[in-house]
Amino acid sequence: MPASKITKKLSSLICMALVLIPGLAFADYELNLTESVTALGKEIYDLHMLVLIICTVVCVAVFAVIIYSLINHRKSKGAKPATFHESATVEFIWTVIPFIILVIIAVPATKVLLKIEDASNPDLTIKATGWQWKWEYEYLDNGVHFFSNLDKASNDARQLGSKTDPRTVPNYLLDVDNPIVVPVNKKVRILTTANDVIHAWWVPELAVKRDAIPGFINESWFKAEKTGVYRGQCAELCGKDHGFMPIVVNVVSDSEYNDWVASQKKAMAAAKASAGKTWSKADLMKRGEEVYNASCAACHQANGQGIPGVFPGIAGSKVATGPVEGHIDIVINGKPGTAMQAFGTQLSPADSAAVITFQRNAFGNNTGDVVQPSQISR
Amino acid sequence: MSDHKPSGITRWIFTTNHKDIGTLYLWFAFIMFFVGGSMAMVIRAELLQPGMQVVDPLFFNSMTTMHGLIMVFGAVMPAMVGFANWMVPMMIGAPDMALPRMNNWSFWILPFAGTMLVSTLFMEGGGPAFGWTFYAPLSTTFAPQSTDFFIFAVHLLGFSSIMGAINIIATILNMRAPGMTLMKMPLFVWTWLITAFLLIAVMPVLAGAVTMMLTDRNFGTSFFDAAGGGDPVLFQHVFWFFGHPEVYIMILPSFGIVSQIIPTFARKQLFGYASMVYATAAIAFLSFIVWAHHMFTVGMPVAGELYFTYATVMIAVPTAVKVFNWTATMWKGSMTFETPMLWAVGFVFLFTVGGFTGLMMGVAPADFQYHDTYFIVAHFHYVLVPGAVFAIIGGIYYWIPKWTGNMYDEKLGKLHFWLSAISVNILFFPQHFIGLAGMPRRIPDYAVQFSEFNFMSSIGGFVFGATQLLFLYIVIKCIRGGEKATDQVWDNPEGLEWTIPSPAPYHTFETAPQIK
Ligand SMILES: [Cu+2]
Repeated sequence: MPASKITKKLSSLICMALVLIPGLAFADYELNLTESVTALGKEIYDLHMLVLIICTVVCVAVFAVIIYSLINHRKSKGAKPATFHESATVEFIWTVIPFIILVIIAVPATKVLLKIEDASNPDLTIKATGWQWKWEYEYLDNGVHFFSNLDKASNDARQLGSKTDPRTVPNYLLDVDNPIVVPVNKKVRILTTANDVIHAWWVPELAVKRDAIPGFINESWFKAEKTGVYRGQCAELCGKDHGFMPIVVNVVSDSEYNDWVASQKKAMAAAKASAGKTWSKADLMKRGEEVYNASCAACHQANGQGIPGVFPGIAGSKVATGPVEGHIDIVINGKPGTAMQAFGTQLSPADSAAVITFQRNAFGNNTGDVVQPSQISR
Repeated sequence: MSDHKPSGITRWIFTTNHKDIGTLYLWFAFIMFFVGGSMAMVIRAELLQPGMQVVDPLFFNSMTTMHGLIMVFGAVMPAMVGFANWMVPMMIGAPDMALPRMNNWSFWILPFAGTMLVSTLFMEGGGPAFGWTFYAPLSTTFAPQSTDFFIFAVHLLGFSSIMGAINIIATILNMRAPGMTLMKMPLFVWTWLITAFLLIAVMPVLAGAVTMMLTDRNFGTSFFDAAGGGDPVLFQHVFWFFGHPEVYIMILPSFGIVSQIIPTFARKQLFGYASMVYATAAIAFLSFIVWAHHMFTVGMPVAGELYFTYATVMIAVPTAVKVFNWTATMWKGSMTFETPMLWAVGFVFLFTVGGFTGLMMGVAPADFQYHDTYFIVAHFHYVLVPGAVFAIIGGIYYWIPKWTGNMYDEKLGKLHFWLSAISVNILFFPQHFIGLAGMPRRIPDYAVQFSEFNFMSSIGGFVFGATQLLFLYIVIKCIRGGEKATDQVWDNPEGLEWTIPSPAPYHTFETAPQIK
């Protein structure tokens, strides 16, 4: 088969592929960088477009020359090889031209970078701490503090072998139980750090991506100009559930923000007050199972068996069937040097008591023990 | 001249012959290419559609990790050393490598290192699952037990690479035939000489990084643990001081192969030989001073970010010179498009695409958005697959008639090229789009708006993977027979390797040729 025939056959194949593949799909063909809702993000977008256009133009020009040569300078067309193989002038020209193009790119890049790195004089500061696999937020100006996990609908649908079609879950993998709420048109400074491994806090529409590094604090900032819900994900590989710790930022008006802060404070006070309450075993077990699935199952697994060699099981474990004090200690204070986190800062005393009660009575650990919130000391 | 060669399995175990060792390296690389490739198939199968269908997230992570490690250390690097073993002595008119016994050892470490690396997948707790960049503390405090085996495997791979590099430098500097001055050496030899220096400079740095990991994990040190006074970011600086030159270790010999192929089929001397040598050296030098562009988001001082931006985009200059020189070599040539030329031209086009996205990523403020997304995945796969891997495959088609004495099947070779070239673009081009639209890399499942392009990418991946089985068939068929190759193989090619018979005798250039 001559080459031209092969080419013909193949080009018909390509056409078929191009028709078939998009035919299977129905939506969303986002091609370019996410557009931002901050002024700085728009500058980053423009810089991206500048470099992209320069690259495309140069690329097309070079390819045009090569393609012209491929078509015309072939032996089958009777082309005789030229003998030139050196030219200092030409080499000089095509060394200098790329250099000049680079300077054209470097100037706006420098300007934008200096703005990105100027996080001074914020209106509001939020500390975001990455945990395996959730985010903790602390509003340093008003004391609001909470954890933000993947929402339950996404978490159920994303399990291996789940029967739920992700397309039916709203904002699949991009929704959380507790979003952060910030006022519009205010300079918000995000301080990022981590509790265990390196994570990265990223929201494309806010044009912020910054690593969260254990033992260090990084700063970045944004000033959203439009109210709305903006979604992002952890961007640095952080272990098993790296793909399942999204970030949701709810940008609202000033008054809505103030109402939200007040309601958060009320909820925190209520949680504190409930610490003295005595719970029935049935209530503890019910609440405990919910807490277990949200906070423990990622590692210890929904069936309590853990993952051999990686995460110990709860079923029949020495801790969950041994003395209550030891169990409370490891849940509240964690186990340094391992993936076992200190849950004392994450869970209310009531939730801690519930989950410990649950672990001691589920998965065949029938110890009969009941742990009350009052037994949890910080 | 007798052409005695030993027979049986001991020939391969005890061999000190550069051609045998080259063959061993190439087969090892080929096998690892399929091992690493089947892991890529697992990855693409899981990403075919949203939701988790095939593997659990932890195993997915160990697939991405092992795929990267195996392709870099098991497939691309050994393939390049295989080419060096076969071709460097034949191109400079030397009878063998300078250090033949060490040569045997540097190969035979590899199968053990490779087996140890792959065996971690079957250990309790699973294989390494922290990415091929193994950032601490995910790879220290939070890694499975098998990580210590991974560390040992990396040490062994490093020994092998350093010994191979020493051998190549010693051969090129000492064993050239009379009259073969440095500036007369084929460009492939030049690129390997420079690559070998890069290897010697950076493999010990990698060894240092994994040794610090080892002591952090087992002996109570805190190099990378802030709680003990260390710094996790230190790991990234050390890793990328190795890692950035490493990417050029994989691409410079590819430049060399392509610079051999294009002049042959354009029937025209390589344009700007001297500037090609200087550009290679310039790229090698720059590769040492740009490492932190892989880690713009770690929170460097702004002066550092500016410096690494400027230094990084500078690499575009010598790289552009290379692409222009290849273009000028083709210009007004008398081209034919046998299979090796197709792969070389494919390389020039698609490597250039990867080069341009690399330039985009060098610009720090924009890179904050690209970093750790599929845009990055698309970029480095463009420079490594239609870049390095295309050059390797093209090189095999170019020299296999010399190695086996038989021509490969030209029709199948062309089919292999066209299927690969089309599917590789369906595989990797859409990844630019999902990356820009916000899909992070190294995730086993994704938000539904990324479904269409991921589906496309997976289909491209399956076709590309299956197509490489065709390559295996073509290679075996060529070894077993086929049209006899002439000594020149191609139409009046340049180079000493074309002056000896096909297949190349077991011993060549026992009396050194005279270069005019
Ligand atoms: Cu994370």
